[in-house]
Amino acid sequence: MTLASLRRQLLAGDTTSAAILHHLAGEIAARDSLTGAYLSYDLEAALAEAAQADLSLPLGGIPIAIKDNMNVRGQPCTCGSKILAENYRSPYDATVIRKLRAAGAIPFGRMNQDEFAMGSATENSALQTTRNPHDPDRIPGGSSGGSAAAVADRTAIAALGSDTGGSVRQPASHCGVVGLKPSYGRVSRYGLVAFASSLDQIGPLTQTVEDAALVLQAIAGFDPLDSTCLDVPVPDYLTCLHAGVHGLKLGVPKEYFGEGIDPGVRNNVEAAIQKLAAQGAEIVGISLPHTAHAVATYYVIAPAEASSNLSRFDGIRYGHRTANPADILNLYKKSRDEGFGPEVKRRIILGTYVLSSGYYDAYYGRAQKVRTLIRRDFEAAFHQVDAILSPVAPTPARKIGTFANDPLHEYLSDIFTLSANLAGIPGIAVPCGTTDFDGGTNLPVGLQILGPHLGEAKLLQIAQAVEV
Amino acid sequence: MSHSHIDVRYVANLARLELSDEEVATFQPQLEAILHHAEALSQLDVTGIEPTAHPAPVFDRMRADVPHQSLTPDAVLHNAPDQAQGQIRVPKVVTDA
Repeated sequence: MTLASLRRQLLAGDTTSAAILHHLAGEIAARDSLTGAYLSYDLEAALAEAAQADLSLPLGGIPIAIKDNMNVRGQPCTCGSKILAENYRSPYDATVIRKLRAAGAIPFGRMNQDEFAMGSATENSALQTTRNPHDPDRIPGGSSGGSAAAVADRTAIAALGSDTGGSVRQPASHCGVVGLKPSYGRVSRYGLVAFASSLDQIGPLTQTVEDAALVLQAIAGFDPLDSTCLDVPVPDYLTCLHAGVHGLKLGVPKEYFGEGIDPGVRNNVEAAIQKLAAQGAEIVGISLPHTAHAVATYYVIAPAEASSNLSRFDGIRYGHRTANPADILNLYKKSRDEGFGPEVKRRIILGTYVLSSGYYDAYYGRAQKVRTLIRRDFEAAFHQVDAILSPVAPTPARKIGTFANDPLHEYLSDIFTLSANLAGIPGIAVPCGTTDFDGGTNLPVGLQILGPHLGEAKLLQIAQAVEV
Repeated sequence: MSHSHIDVRYVANLARLELSDEEVATFQPQLEAILHHAEALSQLDVTGIEPTAHPAPVFDRMRADVPHQSLTPDAVLHNAPDQAQGQIRVPKVVTDA
């Protein structure tokens, strides 16, 4: 059941919030031992909220699953890491949680993820394996893999994820659900555990485009607690949802259809583009010339910011502390070595290196300038077209374990999603078919739609035209 | 940019990470491969290009300077690995002269 249809049932008196929660708990008990999407959930706490739910509100009575890097007061917030898994309980609510509750929703469930959102497969979770509901031998994508897998597995109605380089859109694509990364500044990050602060955004993962619009409507908007959150009005995302694509100019960047794309992905994405053309959209060939530099730019900037953000995990105020440290320095170093997994350590070391004296200008300073070039590519493109169409990822979901010990290879698969974070623009992944790949059958493929800054309404409108 | 050499143990110490010999051996080629890939950025001419630190058109936002409720000491200490007398306890920081 979609969020929108459950809302109609709730308003008609055909179901209750408690009944929805009991149903979800049954579905989790039946299937999540295989999928592994949930790290934890608190049914009693959710039922207590359900008893108070105001059904007149836009999301009244609807449970929403939360990636385990957003603080919900009194609940765990592991970030998929051993360093927070022992005994951390959130002392406050993230702004998105406060806003979801203000819209009547109930945060329910803590969803698995790559440790500190660093990864594209949820294989970097230190806590458990999450499997793709379409094929249990395959990754769900990442880093919001638990959120995507649960929505696809129907053990969640809708979920929140976070997207620093594609971590909402890519797992949505791999699991066959809708995933939206809003514009930088559209949604407050207060209470989201920071990974790379100039790139992080929170977004919804849902079964339908309409559900994504409903959740975005609830979480978007100004927050004085996040200094990058924009104080601009939030449009009504549902008004234009069914306005169609007639007369819209949609750009297809040649750099996103080169070598390395699986033919099944290409065919499905091209079919979706033809579908939009048949509905009256004008398809325009465009160029985003600095695309090839996005991976290098991102994997300098994101680790640099991560190395700074993750310095707060020092074993002093919260999180894991080593037993019997020799002195204070030894406490820091051993607590962090014991608490962090290999991908997090790699990125902290990489980030520390590119920020260090003698290398700063060559790596970090230069990457920030190339980031400007990438941003300008999009500014120029949006003078020409209303939105940009591309694959979300070069291939469908791969098998678990494929890129073990080869992080660079894994990073290169993020090529189509990173640029939106570097440029701060919104992007949505919407299912556009299935294909066979590497021994798997009927694996979901996603179409990515990118728009200008604060252009979420148009993205949803185009995505809706792909969905119907 | 030169030839992607990184002294992993030295940088890990800067980052306050104590790595095992096995971790250093694993990370060394992986990090060098990533840095080698990043060297492609040196081929671009960025003369006169302003850096992008973050993509939102907001800068230096200040909140009103008025007192407000923050977390209580109990709420903060609840997550501390070691605490005593309303404070977080740590190993001795200052050594004898």
